[in-house]
Amino acid sequence: MYGGGNTFEAIRTDSLAQEDPEKLAAFEAKIERGEKIEPTDWMPALYRKQLIRMIEQHAHSEIIGALPEGTWITRAPGFKRKLSLMAKVQDEVGHAQLLYSAAETLGKTREQMIDDLLSGKSKYSNIFNYPAFTWADSCFISWLVDAGAIVNQLANAKGSYGPYCRALERICAEESFHLKYGHHCVIFLATGTDKQRQMFQEAINRWWAPMMHFFGPSDKISAHTEILMKWKVKMGTNDDMRNQFLDMYVPKIWELGFTLPDPNLKKNPTTNKWEYTEPDWEEFKRVINGEGPCNKERIEVRRIAEERGRWVREALKAPQAAYVTPLA
Amino acid sequence: MKEVALKELLYKIADDQLILGHRNSEWTGFGPLLEEDIAFSSMAQDKVGQSYALYQLLNQLGEQEPDTVAFMRNAQQFHNCQLVELPNGEYDFSLIRHFLFDTAEAIRFDLLSQSSYQPLADLAKKIKGELQYHTLHANTLIKKLGSATPESIGRLQNSLDIALPYALGIFEPSPFESSIIAEGFFAGEAELQKQWILKVDALLAQTQLKPISWPTVKAIYGGRNGQHTEHLQPLLDEMSEVFKIDPTAEW
Ligand SMILES: [Fe+2]
Ligand SMILES: [Fe+2]
Ligand SMILES: [Fe+2]
Repeated sequence: MYGGGNTFEAIRTDSLAQEDPEKLAAFEAKIERGEKIEPTDWMPALYRKQLIRMIEQHAHSEIIGALPEGTWITRAPGFKRKLSLMAKVQDEVGHAQLLYSAAETLGKTREQMIDDLLSGKSKYSNIFNYPAFTWADSCFISWLVDAGAIVNQLANAKGSYGPYCRALERICAEESFHLKYGHHCVIFLATGTDKQRQMFQEAINRWWAPMMHFFGPSDKISAHTEILMKWKVKMGTNDDMRNQFLDMYVPKIWELGFTLPDPNLKKNPTTNKWEYTEPDWEEFKRVINGEGPCNKERIEVRRIAEERGRWVREALKAPQAAYVTPLA
Repeated sequence: MKEVALKELLYKIADDQLILGHRNSEWTGFGPLLEEDIAFSSMAQDKVGQSYALYQLLNQLGEQEPDTVAFMRNAQQFHNCQLVELPNGEYDFSLIRHFLFDTAEAIRFDLLSQSSYQPLADLAKKIKGELQYHTLHANTLIKKLGSATPESIGRLQNSLDIALPYALGIFEPSPFESSIIAEGFFAGEAELQKQWILKVDALLAQTQLKPISWPTVKAIYGGRNGQHTEHLQPLLDEMSEVFKIDPTAEW
């Protein structure tokens, strides 16, 4: 899921003045040449900080993202859907595991990251603060939210930090399976009974605004990210990513006979860009800052899971029980 | 008669796999560590997949489609043992149940790989391989947590004491037991239980958990007969919630 490198606050570049100019120049030249930065390489403090923030947010988005879909595993209709959804959500948890490991190479432990998630210091993708009321909502997530994530992740996989790129390559391969699964589910709803079609139309109506928010605030109002683009931490602007997504998926949604709840949505034939009603960015900010319909529930679930599992983690650290990753 | 006995055998095994697979999947997103979320999900996928394959065998014997059988029956029509339907509880209970049940399953499918009913013998050979990972996972964690801290040992002991009477319910004899054995479909529940006790005792001996005094454990039967705890029907209602919106629809 996700992988947006969204920046919510302005980047403070003052720390750059303290960096060794020669090392900084060599670092930037390396990125310019398209080479990857590895954990033991020199890097500016700001680069490290921004990457940790981004990879950590991505990891959190994977585990929090497992919750709204996860509640549909036990209700998936029929064996095939049940088996696929289990595998899909398991993949998402696996993505979190890979990403936490990638972020750990930059010097922050998984425990610290989880603590920051629970305290609200560290964010996750805004879209998971909305509820999945019906099976069709879970299909919307599997198809379209994953599609949005792929747009972001394919771009980020070309970034400059080696461990993150390698994690993303594996993740993207699995995401393409999720996309197929989600699309398949939606095709069945689209070609099914009136009730099924209606379920998915309602899901679209509920999820369209969060989906437009998914790529982050419009370039006109978002924080300046030139330095992150130069360092290949951020690989495209929010509006570029949103436009790519609309270009790939709006025609597919229309083709299935569904409508999108935005009368202004259309592709401008001269600019080749999509036009739409400007999303409500105040609402976006409110939700990011904790006022969404599910923020409290999502974090609470995570907190309870962490608390209930503490004795297990402590016992596995005990000298009598050196933990070996199970094979299953 | 022969076929009735065979179907009864297949149903109870399939129902066990489906219900415990469903329970295991409830850990997704809630595990004590990400690695355990993933492990329980793998086992859930295996088990639900195994039940699907077994319902397909039943379908070939004239029973209804797997989806209909799994999503449309009520609790009284399920023949799983009660152990698998109990709520997950804390991780210690889920782990103990996983250990007790999968130890039995590994032996069961080993015995079934000799079944005189060839389609079942073939399937059992495949399932047997998958179960190796399940028992390896259970044994590894029971050994570690059963020897780690006073809390982990105490929790496992407590859950073991609660689970044991239900675990003996796995081996509740079927009304067709003698016919099942005579036909060579399966070596029988008594044989399975005998081998299971040896395995359980041997593993527990490598931990700080108390050895089990078997004569004092009273088996809880009923599941094989369609008698269930109050936990099964809500599980089934949840499982079929979407399917029953329109059972004739394709989802
Ligand atoms: Fe993912
Ligand atoms: Fe998987
Ligand atoms: Fe995904």
